[in-house]
Amino acid sequence: MSVKVGVLAFQGDVSEHIEAFRKAGADPFPLKKAEDLDRIDALSLPGGESTTISRFLKEGKFYEIIPQKYSEGMAIFATCAGMILLSKEVIENSVESMGLINIKVKRNAYGRQRDSFEESIFLEFDNKPFTAIFIRAPRIVEVGNGVSVISKFNEEPVLVQSGKILAASFHPELTDDLRIHRYFLKMVEKR
Amino acid sequence: MEKGTYRVKCGLAEMLKGGVIMDVTSPEQAKIAEDAGAVAVMALERVPADIRAAGGVARMADPEIIIKIMNTVTIPVMAKVRIGHFVEAQILEALGVDFIDESEVLTPADEEHHINKWDFKVPFVCGCRDLGEALRRIGEGAAMIRTKGEAGTGNVVEAVRHMRAVTSEIRRIQNMPDDELMTEAKKLQAPYELVKKVKEVGRLPVVNFAAGGIATPADAAMMMQLGADGVFVGSGIFKSEDPAARARAIVEAVAHYDEPEVLAQISRGIGEPMKGIEVSKLSEEELLQTRGW
Repeated sequence: MSVKVGVLAFQGDVSEHIEAFRKAGADPFPLKKAEDLDRIDALSLPGGESTTISRFLKEGKFYEIIPQKYSEGMAIFATCAGMILLSKEVIENSVESMGLINIKVKRNAYGRQRDSFEESIFLEFDNKPFTAIFIRAPRIVEVGNGVSVISKFNEEPVLVQSGKILAASFHPELTDDLRIHRYFLKMVEKR
Repeated sequence: MEKGTYRVKCGLAEMLKGGVIMDVTSPEQAKIAEDAGAVAVMALERVPADIRAAGGVARMADPEIIIKIMNTVTIPVMAKVRIGHFVEAQILEALGVDFIDESEVLTPADEEHHINKWDFKVPFVCGCRDLGEALRRIGEGAAMIRTKGEAGTGNVVEAVRHMRAVTSEIRRIQNMPDDELMTEAKKLQAPYELVKKVKEVGRLPVVNFAAGGIATPADAAMMMQLGADGVFVGSGIFKSEDPAARARAIVEAVAHYDEPEVLAQISRGIGEPMKGIEVSKLSEEELLQTRGW
């Protein structure tokens, strides 16, 4: 049985996440109903606009239910907007976050779209470079206890792990390189 | 570090999927749009319905308005340039606008050539009425496509026509043997490589939104069911009776586009939509969609 991954599907690059997880050997589906959290091993929070996604999380009571499911063993993969939503603190408080990972983030901190970029980075668990795509990306400005840094760009963390959470400020789902998705799937326990 | 690659440009369009992009003409409207859950705003001096009413030459918005809106919201800010007006585009890029719409809503600056969008680090979205037009724009470097529809009418009929034209042409190409693709590219007046790509992936190679005449949650959900990745709402929100409620409802309709029960709920009590214009009553010169090729 492959790992069942719910990709939060209110807004964002949902189909890219689904495609990447499928290629990596998991069994992904778009998730919009809170009760579907009961039948997944892992949740994926896609890239998109965190202000928009946050609106739907509030309405669906996801701010209470996701932390509860996480405490019961559900793993979470989050990119960009998803990472903002999981963080402990968002500078300027422009978006409500769940505080599931002990990092402080600043939204759009690498600049506007004209400053969006791609760059080769190295992953802690591998020695081949990975092309990371940063789009109006959030910056991890502080890493607290219990968080390990899996990858850095310019000496700053861009991929971090804490318990069963893996969070990236860039978009692994936009490339064909599945190493980060595979690494995450190894973190997931079948429930 | 490489900035403004095609992948980075298309990437922002991917992040907007499942979302609503709203036309706004002031920081106050931009805030209403952001609070309602818009994924981006289009900063304008006038919404298309007012451009239509005002007549004369419609140009890029005053940078002053665009900057004020950029300073008000945290979501991406788009702005429009005239078809072919590459200097307006250079100005918007210098201002730091996140996405440029080379738009038929403004008066064209060049009746033969569109902007060479590969020259820019900022992504472009362009309108289309059919697959050939979409692929020509992508060939010129557009990172996102939208239907043209008929802007400023509050009438969805043209957006539906254009979306159906694109999707049915894609279906046709999917069933075509490879040896017919070159002749198809010739007929479509589209780059051969892109026609091949369409056959391979079964959709446009970039994100495709619906635009032009969307006025209700039902309009937005219909465009999504017809295959749009998201919607632009121009005059439809701020020309309606209760913009904040309508903006929220349309955002929800796009996320829940295939759930009629939810759509029924969110369509209730959101005030009067914009009045709208019967497109067949417009003369040939009044049509915006025929601008560009």
